Amino acid sequence: MPDVPVTLTPKALVEIRERLTPQAARTAIRAAGVALLDEHRQLTLAELAELADVPDSAVPTLASLAHEVRLEWCGDTVEVEGILSAKTGGCPEDCHFCSQSAKFESPVQAMPFLDTADVLAAARETAALGATEFCIVLAIRGPDERTMDRICELVPLVQQEVGLNVAVSAGIVTEAQAKRLAEVGVHRYNHNLETAESFFENVVTTHTWAERFDTCQLVRDQGMELCCGVLLGMGESVDQRIELIGQLRALEPAEVPLNFLNPRPGTPFAGLPLTEPLEAIRWISLFRLGLPSVILRYAGGREVTLRELQALGLTSGINALIVGNYLTTLGRSPEEDLQMLSDLQMPIGALSKAI
Amino acid sequence: MPDAYCRWCGTALDVHPDLVCRRELDPPRFCPECGRRLRVKVHTAGYEAACRDHGPLPD
Repeated sequence: MPDVPVTLTPKALVEIRERLTPQAARTAIRAAGVALLDEHRQLTLAELAELADVPDSAVPTLASLAHEVRLEWCGDTVEVEGILSAKTGGCPEDCHFCSQSAKFESPVQAMPFLDTADVLAAARETAALGATEFCIVLAIRGPDERTMDRICELVPLVQQEVGLNVAVSAGIVTEAQAKRLAEVGVHRYNHNLETAESFFENVVTTHTWAERFDTCQLVRDQGMELCCGVLLGMGESVDQRIELIGQLRALEPAEVPLNFLNPRPGTPFAGLPLTEPLEAIRWISLFRLGLPSVILRYAGGREVTLRELQALGLTSGINALIVGNYLTTLGRSPEEDLQMLSDLQMPIGALSKAI
Repeated sequence: MPDAYCRWCGTALDVHPDLVCRRELDPPRFCPECGRRLRVKVHTAGYEAACRDHGPLPD
């Protein structure tokens, strides 16, 4: 945790919503349980929107249902992944949350593509922690020919030498590029929607939400698993979060990494407050209830957002996590996460999306 | 040798407000000797930070 907090527990940008009464919340949560556990059907977005308004006192009950749904639809296994920023900074895009954009004055120094030896060493480090997935991440708009060649050389190499499933995140791709990535054995391709279509122009101006959506579809069309993440806490409304869940449903990702904004110095979102811990648990639960079969991964921002409540996420619908460090920031120690999983008696293993 | 510059914001410590702005979950980003941005490699179990002029940052 930060030794010197950047801001003193700022009040989050929570919109004022009328909450359900405790009785109405119990009724809504029970009905959602019947739908997801007994009838084995997805909730409608209207049903989800109602659950979004349960009072704070009902969040643990909501989380408890989300946990049951996760166990019923996905089992108790937790997938552990390591990620590596193989090409850092200097990105031409202007995603307002990101310290790697060349458009902002950020402390992050741009770095060229790492050597093969560095990438292999990072993959071995990841494997040694019991992870099954390793994601090579590049801060670029999309890959050029040379970058494609490097990726296509690294993916099979990491797979053969280290024995991990290899994921790649390299921005917007063409159909031909997606096909090539699938052919060299990319297990999952990461391309985040980040936020709802209706909020996207507040976050990125250098490309459109539709371009992201198109890349996500290409990934699926080429038979790779789609990893399509979100970032909560950028000022989007409750309705927009529900909208985002609906848009994710249309893409049917195998995995959804759930990031919480960790405001980065120098970026346009540097001054935004952190999401409050209980609010984060509410939304972890809602993402699980909205996407019952997905691999829902703890990603960036969980340490600073949830602090002591991190274990609670694993009993609120999370069934995967990024272990160790992130792209430009550090995570808590891998030992703490592995201890947490062991204490929760949740086995570590590879997951793929349940049908 | 004591740091001349804040490792997290790069400000000279003789004009830096109060304490250095250390954040436990951020690697150092500026050279404590010259204040230039460091070349930082972050990987799963650690990081390396180096200054073009002053070399790897000691722990």
